Amino acid sequence: MIRFENVSKTYEGQSKAALLNVNVEIEKGEFVFLVGTSGSGKSTFLRLVLREHRTTRGHIMVAGKDLNRLASWRIPQMRRQIGTVFQDFRLLPNKTVAENVAFALQVIGKPRAHIRKTVPEVLELVGLDGKEDRMPDELSGGEQQRVAIARAFVNRPMILIADEPTGNLDPGTSVGIMKLLDRINRTGTTVVMATHDVSIVDQMRKRVIELENGHVVRDESRGVYGYQH
Amino acid sequence: MRLNYILSDLGIGLKRNLSMTIAVVVTIWVSLSLFGSALLAREQVDLMKGNWYDKIQISVFLCTKDSGGRGCSGAEVTQEQKNRIQQVIQTNPDTAPDGVFSESKKEAFESFKKLYKDSPIVSTVTEDQMQESFRVKLRDPTRYQNLVSAVAGLPGVDTVQDLRQYLDPLFKALNGLQVGALISAGLLLVAALMQISNTIRLAAYARRREIGIMRLVGASNFYIQLPFLLEAVLAALIGAIFACGTLWVGVYFVVMQRAQETFRVWQWVGATETFRATLIMVVVGLVLAVIPTFLTTRKYLKV
Repeated sequence: MIRFENVSKTYEGQSKAALLNVNVEIEKGEFVFLVGTSGSGKSTFLRLVLREHRTTRGHIMVAGKDLNRLASWRIPQMRRQIGTVFQDFRLLPNKTVAENVAFALQVIGKPRAHIRKTVPEVLELVGLDGKEDRMPDELSGGEQQRVAIARAFVNRPMILIADEPTGNLDPGTSVGIMKLLDRINRTGTTVVMATHDVSIVDQMRKRVIELENGHVVRDESRGVYGYQH
Repeated sequence: MRLNYILSDLGIGLKRNLSMTIAVVVTIWVSLSLFGSALLAREQVDLMKGNWYDKIQISVFLCTKDSGGRGCSGAEVTQEQKNRIQQVIQTNPDTAPDGVFSESKKEAFESFKKLYKDSPIVSTVTEDQMQESFRVKLRDPTRYQNLVSAVAGLPGVDTVQDLRQYLDPLFKALNGLQVGALISAGLLLVAALMQISNTIRLAAYARRREIGIMRLVGASNFYIQLPFLLEAVLAALIGAIFACGTLWVGVYFVVMQRAQETFRVWQWVGATETFRATLIMVVVGLVLAVIPTFLTTRKYLKV
């Protein structure tokens, strides 16, 4: 589903590489934690998958397509197959819960009937049924993140990318979010989650890829957050 | 594509940017008005040139007892001198075939009386005070210098009048006006372009959350650009419509009501020319709005 082949990335105007010779293969339906300290290259990894940047060297294949060879006008099409969730939720404050989720479908031109049918379904899936007409600032952090996950998942993407989705949440709420991501993963969606949350990684016992200074230093199936230091 | 979302986006965008949009509209309005006036001034010059160059002729006035021209000796022109002058004119290569008419004192007096029929001056002038003349048509109205110098100074020739001498300063003035209007229109249009890209930068900043999410979920670039394009096109259209209105009002009050009444002899620009100018103005306005919008949105909405 996602394959990195000798990928290096150096940002313009910087001498140090953000990623260096990364080789990773993530299969369809996997759940992968991306761990490492700040600046280790986790965000760069995710941005490259979204084709927000090009690689400096190497190739990235997403769903069988080489991102370097993708014409820029096809990038939007590619992104429709990837859902993204962030630490800071990124909801539109002037739209209700349902409108926020529907927005993702509206702007890619989905028919209104489809939107009317899909949005309540996905809101129920994330456990927000009954809160469709709330505004984001009336919700708790966990609920806001559920809205963001609903928006990321409403178009049934093949891949869900989550960049520290529990970073702003308390431990109890985080568990709920992880259960939700696990449920989405069970529908066959590949989930790649960058995180600092030791206890979550240790509890879930999923594949762990650890980055350090742009290198992959560990890639374990059923791993934990870190070695005993 | 869902039109209602786009339209509601457009409404929000216009409201948010109202003062900038108004600034763009006003700038486009003024600059297109100037541009349109320049177009009309050019049409006017062409019309006048066509009108006058058609009829243009050189008038060779012959001596009377009172005239003090170079070829006069204080006496009436003699028949011999007249024959000689006519011969010089007729053999000149620039004279049109059958292009020489002789106007006698009597004919001159008749046309004088016609021209000033309401004026008291007619009663004080006698036929004898009129000047005989030759009226010469040219093959090419722009080549008059040669004939003028050949005839001027011949015995019996008082003065040689060439209409171009009087028209050229007028055309020059109109041309200058036109160039001035075009330059100011150009400067204002540059200002309008900058305002448009500035407005879009602000609008893109104001909508950065929405745009960020649109890009993230895979909205097409065109879909993201469309509200900005529509905004710019709408502003340009409103400005262009105001400018067209201004031009029509100007043509109606200045040309149709005033100039045409006062200077009936001249042909003036009318509805056809104005309509043509307004069409060009609208097209120019739209093009000038769309191009910077495309460039700026590409820059600020980079995928």
